[in-house]
Order: sequence, then C-alpha cells, then structure tokens
Amino acid sequence: MRLSSKTRGLGASESVHRTGIQQLVQRFARNQLAVVGFILVLAISLAAVFAPVLAPHDPLDQNLPLKRSLPGQHFVLGADEFGRDILSRLLFGGRSALLVGVLSFAVAASIGLVLGMVSGVAAGIVDDVIMRLNDIVLAFPYLLLALLIVTALGPSVLSTTIAVGLWGAPSFVRLVRAEVIALRNREFIEAARAVGARSSAIMVRHLLPNFAGSLITFGTLFMARAILVEAALSFLGLGVQPPTPSWGLMVSSGRDFLRVAPHISTLPGIAIMLAVLGFNLLGDGLRDALDPKLRN
Amino acid sequence: MLNYMIRRLVMSIPVILGVVLVVMFTLEVVPGDPAALMLGEFATEEAVRELRTTLGLDKPLMVRYVNYLAGLVRGDLGRSVRERRPVIREVADAFPFTLKLSFWAFMVSLLVGVPSGVISAVRKYSIFDNLARLISLLGLSMPVFWIGLFLIIIFSLRYPLFPVGGHGTWKHLVLPSITLGLPSIAIISRMVRSSVLEILGEDYVRTARAKGLAERVVIYKHALRNAMLPVLTVMGLQIGQLMGGAVLTENVFGWPGMGRLMVRSIFNRDFVLLQGTVLVFALSFVLVNLIVDLSYAVVDPRVTYK
Repeated sequence: MRLSSKTRGLGASESVHRTGIQQLVQRFARNQLAVVGFILVLAISLAAVFAPVLAPHDPLDQNLPLKRSLPGQHFVLGADEFGRDILSRLLFGGRSALLVGVLSFAVAASIGLVLGMVSGVAAGIVDDVIMRLNDIVLAFPYLLLALLIVTALGPSVLSTTIAVGLWGAPSFVRLVRAEVIALRNREFIEAARAVGARSSAIMVRHLLPNFAGSLITFGTLFMARAILVEAALSFLGLGVQPPTPSWGLMVSSGRDFLRVAPHISTLPGIAIMLAVLGFNLLGDGLRDALDPKLRN
Repeated sequence: MLNYMIRRLVMSIPVILGVVLVVMFTLEVVPGDPAALMLGEFATEEAVRELRTTLGLDKPLMVRYVNYLAGLVRGDLGRSVRERRPVIREVADAFPFTLKLSFWAFMVSLLVGVPSGVISAVRKYSIFDNLARLISLLGLSMPVFWIGLFLIIIFSLRYPLFPVGGHGTWKHLVLPSITLGLPSIAIISRMVRSSVLEILGEDYVRTARAKGLAERVVIYKHALRNAMLPVLTVMGLQIGQLMGGAVLTENVFGWPGMGRLMVRSIFNRDFVLLQGTVLVFALSFVLVNLIVDLSYAVVDPRVTYK
C-alpha cells in the first residue's frame, strides 16, 4: 500500500514509507481481533485455492447408501442427502463464495472508481446526475435489486456476481466521491495541475494512492457482505446452481432433513459465518490501523 | 424547516420515477420473448400473442413506462399471469404480513439492543460488555436464513415450543421475529453503546452528577435521551436491512408476505407480479426513508436546513 507521499520528486520518502508501513503492521498486530480476522481470511482463502488437494473426496461424488450419515460415521463432517462428502463440498463451496466476492468487488470498485472520481472532479451537473442515479439504486432495499438482476439474467455464478457488484457499486461511488472532494483542493493537487498534468493523470497518480487505504478497508468489509448476499441468493435457489457446491445452496438442501440430519444445514452455515466474521474483523482492523483516530 | 421538508419531498420524485424505470428495464433485458417465457413451453402461439398485447410488449418501452406510471397512480399494476388476479390484490394480501413481521422484528431489536447497549456503555470493558461485543460480532456474521433454521432445530424440533412455520397465532411470530431482528440487535446495541459513551463525557452529565442526582436518573434522563439521536438514523437504515431480511425469513418460515410472493413469482416466471411486488416494496422503502429523514428534522432542532 503506497500512501500519501508517493508524489514525484520526493525521493527521500522511501525510508519514511517503510517505517510508515512498519507502524501500520505494528498497530494491526497489536489488535488481537484483527489478527484473528486475518488468520480466518488467510485460512479460508488457502482452503479454497487448494480445495482440489485438500478435499478427501470428489465434491460431486454421490454415495447413496451413505446418505445423511452423521459427522464421524463415514466422513469427517458427515454426508449430505445424496451421500456426498460435506467437508469436500465445504472446501469447494468456499471457491464459489470467494470467487463471487472478489469478482463482485472488482465490478463494484471499478464502477465506484470511475463514477466517483468523475463525480468528485467534475462537480456541477455531472455530479448531480451521478448522485441521483446512485440514489435510485440505493432506493432498493437490500437483496431486492439482486433478485431483479438475477431474474433478468437467469440464475448463475456470473449473474450473481453482476448482481452483487451492481448492488455494491453505489456505496463505492459515494466513498470515492467523498475522498476526491476532500482531496481536490489540496496543495499537491493544485501543484500537479499547475505543472500541467492531465486530469486523468492526476486521478490515477495523485488522487488514487491517497485513498487506496480506505478503498481496501471498505472492500474488505464489502467482501463480508458479498459473501452473505451470494449465500442468500443461492439459498433461495437463484444463485449458484446445483450440483456446484455453494454454502448457501448446501444450507438450503438440508432443510428437509433438519430433524434427522441437522448437520447438512448447520455446517455450511458455520462456514459462512466464519468467512464473514473473518472479513469483518480484518476490515475493522485495517480501518483502525490506517486511521488510529477512529478507535474508541 | 417546512422549506426543508418540501425540498426533501420533491427530491424523492425523481428517485421514484427512476425506481419504476429500473424495475421495468431489468425485465426488458430478459433474453427471448418475455410473454413466451411466462407462459411456459406448452403455451399456444395464440395465448402468447394475446399476452404480448395485454402486456403492451408490441409498444416501445417509453410508451409502456408512461402507461405503467399512469396505472401505478390509479393503483393498477396489471394482472398476475398465473392466477389472473390483479397484482394490487396479491400485494394487498401479502403486505400486512410483512409489515407485521418487520414490526415485531424491529421491536425485538429495540427491546434487546437498547438496554444491552446502555449496560455495555455504563459497564465499559466488563464481562457483559465483552460478551455483548462477541455476540454482536457473531450476530452480524450469521446469515439470516441460517439463524432461522437453527432456531427451528432447537425450538421447534428438539424442544417443540414453537411451530416450524406458517401463520395464525402469536406463537407463529416468535421465531421469525427473532430471526429477522437478531442482526439489527447487534447494530443497534453497538450504536447505543458508543453514543451513550460519548454523551457520558459531556459537561452537562458531569453537572447532573455534581448536583448529586442518582446515577440512574443521570443515565436514563440525561444521557440516554440525547444518545438516541444517532441511534434514530441507524434505525432508519436498519429498516432497509429488515425488508431484505424479510425476504429470506419469510421463505424459511413459510410466512405469506411480500418476500414469499416475490420468490414465488420469480419461480413462476410471473414477471408482472414480480414487477409489482418489487415496486411496492421499493417504494415503501423510499417512503420510510423519507419519514425517517423528516422525523430526524423534527427531533433534532440543532440541524440547520439549507
């Protein structure tokens, strides 16, 4: 993370940087909950990436005689209603969750960066139009817009990603716009303008590095919500489609067996909770480390 | 202040127009012929053509948009493709259920969230405060639908205290309200805590204490009242969260509200019904936000209006 002083001509700042980042890491490491969050996110990411190596069974392999077997009987975490190994499905389900999370973050953040910067720099009528559009998207209660988009595009991983990304975009637009407005009259921007830098160069080289920190913090917290929305859509049958493993879908598939095999529904729920908790704690920790004033 | 209220009202008109446009447009991009899609593969060509005409699909989008708006003003949102009932009737049947569920969920979150926030602030860093923090962290990370299933497993299947789903008696409301209210408890409790903490450091609280007032009076009469202002804003935001959560909760408990209606219409490919339901839901959210904003203006006289 290259922060504020990465302006041209301040060559001596490199050492200042390093201590800056060291301080950041130190502040972060002192916050126990943040470290817990970091470990959770790291563990879940590794588990998802190495799912094919780690999974003891093929997540799609049905073993009907062993269906609904309890944890510890035949499989570590038991089997689902088709006799598929739940542990393997959880590992592969993490891939769906993180894939949708990361890609929808990319969608939301790109829209946010472009529209937010244009809105903040241009001001006037352009700003007004973008903000009104933002208000319209924000006028849909949580999940509703995603439901509409998924209906229009048909349920799939791709439409879930687009839905979650578009749903998240307005908050990124607001964040970037607020940061740009706070920065646009600062001396170093004026200086860049005075030496004849183009607007696009100012945006990318001088504005962006200055709020990269808040963008990353916000993105981490967004990941937590994106995972929840993906799980919710899949739970309703409108997200990831079977037989692809997805945590929300797994919770839903166990609904008919709550009495005899409650683990089919409960275990994937715990996976969702740990992932969301991890990103929430990590995001909070990053925010506190980047802006110590905010700590209470 | 009247000026501000009028401005705020006028500002919500383009938002409403935009919401209608978005709802219409998203279904515009459905690949293929929406009429054929809605009627399914066994529909006769004649039926499809007829539906196309009733829906006005042969007319340009702008014409349909204006017609739809005109219908909306008259309370006419078309007829559902499946049941052939007016959409507004379906909505009128479902809406009170969602309202009831959201109301009780909101009550649950207030009745638990506010006191626990106050205790956390007064006994800062105590066991209660730390425990409350941990529980709110978990509460915010649990998916709503999973909370619902978990409560069913414990309080309906293991200990049959409450019904698994459906509606009718107050018992049917208990688990859905708790399910839906739980994430809001966490947010409201955290907000009350930080807000009360801030107020407890103010001069007038010190004065109240110096006068020799009982600590209870200081907290409930002086601190809590002022601490409620930021909490009000959070509550407004929570209503949107509750409405979205209601979609999930209703589908877990088979609660016959708007969320169930929406998901049913999606699976039936009944786009007319879906449009109407989403629209009414979104418009009521716009209305709620408007009311929250206006009441905030009434409650806090310090806010200046430009």
